Amino acid sequence: MSKYYLNYLDELESEAIFVLREVWAQFQNPVILFSGGKDSIVVTHLARKAFHPCKVPFSLMHVDTGHNFPETIKFRDDLIKELGVNLIVGSVQESIDQGRVAEERGKNATRNALQITTLLDAIEEHKVDCAIGGGRRDEEKARAKERFFSHRDDFGQWDPKNQRPELWNIFNGKYFEGEHFRAFPISNWTEMDVWNYIKRENIEIPSLYYAHEREVIWRNNSWIPNSEFLIVEEHEEIVTKKIRFRTLGDITITGGIESDADTLEKIALEVSAMRQTERGNRSDDKRSETAMEDRKRQGYF
Amino acid sequence: MLDSNQLLRFTTAGSVDDGKSTLIGRLLYDSKSIFEDQLEAIENTSRKKGHEGVDLALFTDGLRDEREQGITIDVAYRYFTTPKRKFIIADTPGHIQYTRNMVTGASTANAAIILVDARHGVIEQTRRHSFIASLLQIPHVIVCINKMDLVDYSEEAYNNVITQFEDFSSKMLVKDVRFIPISALLGDNVVNRSENMDWYQGAPLLHTLETLHISSDVNKVDARFPVQTVLRPQSDDDNRDYRGYAGRVASGVFRAGDEVTVMPSGFTSKIKSLDTFDGSVEEAFAPMSISMTLEDDIDISRGDMIVRSNNMPEASQDIEVMLCWLNNSAAKPRAKYTIKHTSNDQKAMIKEIVYKIDINTLARNEEDKELNMNDISKVKIRTTKPLMVDSYRENRATGSIILVDDATNETVAAGMVV
Repeated sequence: MSKYYLNYLDELESEAIFVLREVWAQFQNPVILFSGGKDSIVVTHLARKAFHPCKVPFSLMHVDTGHNFPETIKFRDDLIKELGVNLIVGSVQESIDQGRVAEERGKNATRNALQITTLLDAIEEHKVDCAIGGGRRDEEKARAKERFFSHRDDFGQWDPKNQRPELWNIFNGKYFEGEHFRAFPISNWTEMDVWNYIKRENIEIPSLYYAHEREVIWRNNSWIPNSEFLIVEEHEEIVTKKIRFRTLGDITITGGIESDADTLEKIALEVSAMRQTERGNRSDDKRSETAMEDRKRQGYF
Repeated sequence: MLDSNQLLRFTTAGSVDDGKSTLIGRLLYDSKSIFEDQLEAIENTSRKKGHEGVDLALFTDGLRDEREQGITIDVAYRYFTTPKRKFIIADTPGHIQYTRNMVTGASTANAAIILVDARHGVIEQTRRHSFIASLLQIPHVIVCINKMDLVDYSEEAYNNVITQFEDFSSKMLVKDVRFIPISALLGDNVVNRSENMDWYQGAPLLHTLETLHISSDVNKVDARFPVQTVLRPQSDDDNRDYRGYAGRVASGVFRAGDEVTVMPSGFTSKIKSLDTFDGSVEEAFAPMSISMTLEDDIDISRGDMIVRSNNMPEASQDIEVMLCWLNNSAAKPRAKYTIKHTSNDQKAMIKEIVYKIDINTLARNEEDKELNMNDISKVKIRTTKPLMVDSYRENRATGSIILVDDATNETVAAGMVV
């Protein structure tokens, strides 16, 4: 066999670096959408590699639901300092206070859908023409059809039936005033690829991904963390469990799984044996068969 | 999964009835790539629709409109991994009105799976899919003769299809064609070897996909490096004089010390270093993303191409391409487009439509001068400045272009340099 071939992780990395450099070259004011989750951390790490020895040329944009894990915010602030990049925060709380959006009610209320307005407002306010996300095509069926360069109209909406064809690796980032793009450098990665890459590169991630003791309640088939934002019903019992999170989002809807995996090796091993998708622990995707598609059409990540 | 494992991209073209969705579902199911919650969702839907058992085809259902209409409109990407390889499937619809989607899916594929219904043999659709595979120069074609269970697993039916396929494909340029008799519905020869076809000595589909030799699929001969952007650190004192040309090697191999020519300017220099975040490398080959530094200070920017001086592409303002029209609105005569080729953008005009191809019969039509959606034609294009092109047959990366309509910013055509 020829020695001139890349293994799958190197090929994925090279593809992502290529996409990030295209974004930088084709847009005026691109930002990385940074949630503090593993996927956006990997994208930020790839940006570091793509532009070395220059510093990361993108600001990080965080859409803050106000319902955060404190660990995520600390992680974000440390990373910003280390990279020396600018942080833009879009606050869902401010959107609520300004009357741009109304808070959902009831025990299953989340601020997940409210993020759309805040995100689009922040994109407009900061004249962002490309928002780079950590979305992956394996995550959800609506995402399976995403492009690397994904066009958004002047209302920030995605029209899945009218996407630009994307051939070879030639990306068309042309847009008219008021429109913008989303770019997804790790489109072709799976959850397993992300973990194998984090392990290989020894990338720092929030402690929440590692198994730890936490107060939780059992709801919607997963362990929901107790927090000041959680409305606990009478029949629900707060217990302490050793858990870890597979994805990180709004603290009120991100469910954990019972786990002893406290190292990257153990996590990768555990993920490879998982029989549930990672979004199976996210109640925002359980609302209907097309919940993700419906949110994406409106401008969601 | 080993660290040395490779990534294989393959495309499946097919229509509602030929079992494409079932085949993909079967591959994912038997290779244990379907998660329990996904399976539960499929089981629920199967029950609602009144199907017996689990309808594996439902796994590939995507967007709301598609679920309602029961068809695949767009290219959907799916992923699975075995202990030997990581796979990316570009799942595309097979009807003629979706030629553009098939072309899109085929553009990055190492392999194409073409499904033939054993009962019907080679039909118009088979010819269409094979033609697209050959046009897009997919290195490996695997013809799956499906529904063998419905022809009593007959060797004769299998051989008939091979004969029919070889008859018409002799005119096409497909380097590596294989035939596998399968039943996607029952699982014969998909992941596991069939117990119903002793006469078939070859490997099942998955094993074939796991062992295809793909290292040679990328051109490793002609060294081409399109510059994406220039890296010049502003602040750091150690790197103040650093000037790296960032890009991904499109083809071939570069080594430190190689004599290179920068196109289109024609300046020559030597490679000083090939850098990555993890340090410098002695050699860089396709598809590695690197930053290249040169011995001499030359003005180089995005759109330029660095090549080895003893092996240069053609620099030309007049190129002939096989063009697939992708847009709802037809091409406007003598209209101006932006042509995108590697990292280079120029203005371009379609000067002449030489002929149009009937993709079912491969007949050439020199009278029809319109370019409508899904049409494939040979055209002559004139650009405002030279493009550094190779023929698509030699080099997929530097032989491909797209056209963007400046009035709508939409990608309206994809072309392969003849």
